[in-house]
Amino acid sequence: MSAGADRRPSKAEIWLLGAAGLATFFGLWAAVSGFGLVSPRFLPSPAAVAARAFFLLDHPFAGASLPVHVLSSLGRYALGFLLAACIGVPLGLLMGWYRLLDDMVTPIFDALRFIAPIAWVPFAALWFGTGIGGPIMVIFAGAFPPCLINAYRGARFVDIKFLEAARTLGASNLRIILEVLLPASVPSIVSGLRVGAGLGWQSLVGAELIVASSGVGYMMVQGQSAVSTTTVVSGMIAIGIVGYLVDLMLRKLQAVTQRRRGLA
Amino acid sequence: MSTITFDKASRIFESVVAIEEVNLHVRDKEFVAIVGPSGCGKTTCLRMAAGLDFPSSGEVRVGERKVVAPGPDRAVVFQQFALFPWKSVYDNVDFGLRNKSVPSSQRRDRIAAVLKVMNLEGYERSFPHQLSGGMQQRVAIARAYVLDPAVLLMDEPFGALDAQTRVLMQEELVRLARVNPRTVLFITHGVEEAVYLADRVAIMTRRPGRIKEVMDIRSVREAERWENRTRIEDVMDMESFIHLRTAIWKSLREEKSTEET
Repeated sequence: MSAGADRRPSKAEIWLLGAAGLATFFGLWAAVSGFGLVSPRFLPSPAAVAARAFFLLDHPFAGASLPVHVLSSLGRYALGFLLAACIGVPLGLLMGWYRLLDDMVTPIFDALRFIAPIAWVPFAALWFGTGIGGPIMVIFAGAFPPCLINAYRGARFVDIKFLEAARTLGASNLRIILEVLLPASVPSIVSGLRVGAGLGWQSLVGAELIVASSGVGYMMVQGQSAVSTTTVVSGMIAIGIVGYLVDLMLRKLQAVTQRRRGLA
Repeated sequence: MSTITFDKASRIFESVVAIEEVNLHVRDKEFVAIVGPSGCGKTTCLRMAAGLDFPSSGEVRVGERKVVAPGPDRAVVFQQFALFPWKSVYDNVDFGLRNKSVPSSQRRDRIAAVLKVMNLEGYERSFPHQLSGGMQQRVAIARAYVLDPAVLLMDEPFGALDAQTRVLMQEELVRLARVNPRTVLFITHGVEEAVYLADRVAIMTRRPGRIKEVMDIRSVREAERWENRTRIEDVMDMESFIHLRTAIWKSLREEKSTEET
């Protein structure tokens, strides 16, 4: 192979390659739809989608404009994700600390976590109908396992020297959990939040396709019924962009926590 | 009275005898160093005094009381420092004081005083990873000293330092021990370090570790007036120092050679 393969590409090169990839993607898309190979009903041109997306920015479709749908999705998402983090992280930490709890919870958890978040949708629909509870339950199902698992791993694999130092310094169990176990697990917890945030967002939109009366997923289903492919694709783009932005924020958080303790 | 007593203490790890019937008595305000070949169970002895590990038979007492858990009367300085990387220098030193529920104004004064002694003024807000190895070790010692413990347990505290820093820290420790003597159990594999710092040096056999002999350094140090010499290299030049060092070396070397046969 060429010697260049071993060399790390520069930042500019990475940007350039990324831009080239995107250009190729949109180019092919434009070509396929532009030459009339596929009917616009199935595959609208990028320009048509862009026009539709901009139109939806301030014109309602399925009850609200695109930004309002996004906000309504984000609201549910925030609630479901916070719930998953607020229960998953402490429970994971405690499972890493108390062997008994670990042995009790692990079998249930191991069985439940193989049920895909979307598989909770019928159940959620029965419980909550199209109310706010359904999507939240589905997001929770997606975001909870990574939150818990990573907090658990973080706590379980804390360097024993920190725990011993804390004990010789006279710390109570509560203080060891709050001031040693928790901060020592932060890098692992944050990466769990990142994975959970991604899965939660994916699950939410899946849930909205079925059990919601607003939100991006709902807008897409309505678009489908109206045979407005441009609306559907606009929704997909919005999902991608919001998911990317959420991940970007958590990536920043990850970088900050690592820098603070000299890991990066 | 803060003494440390190992009374026929043995420790077996999954059928491997780490230490066997260790008998050692550290007197009140005495500085005892344990030297021995690596893997002989020196650290196990210290951990049992700290309450982080327990003898399989026999017992370890601090004062009159059997050690059953870590306690505020004993402070430990670990080989790998074990500073909390997510806490600043100030908060690391403060951690033990807060557990003792010392009022915050008093804590501030005590922390300021110990940081001054340890030459760490101005680094209160730094994080451990921003400091050199020598400074990190000084923080670890400050964290133990600030509690004013009756017993100080030090596990190869200078092992990870470069030669120059180590010498400075050794001189510092001697100075501190003179100002405020306390009961110290000090683990090292540095023979010179042991002779320079300790009142007595206990030599351990290779595994299963036992106390082979205990050498009195203090009587020689006082008779030869080592304390008149502030620099470690001046003390190390003295015939009395060399004599003790060589005696301990020979004793340890017998352990090494039996291992080879």
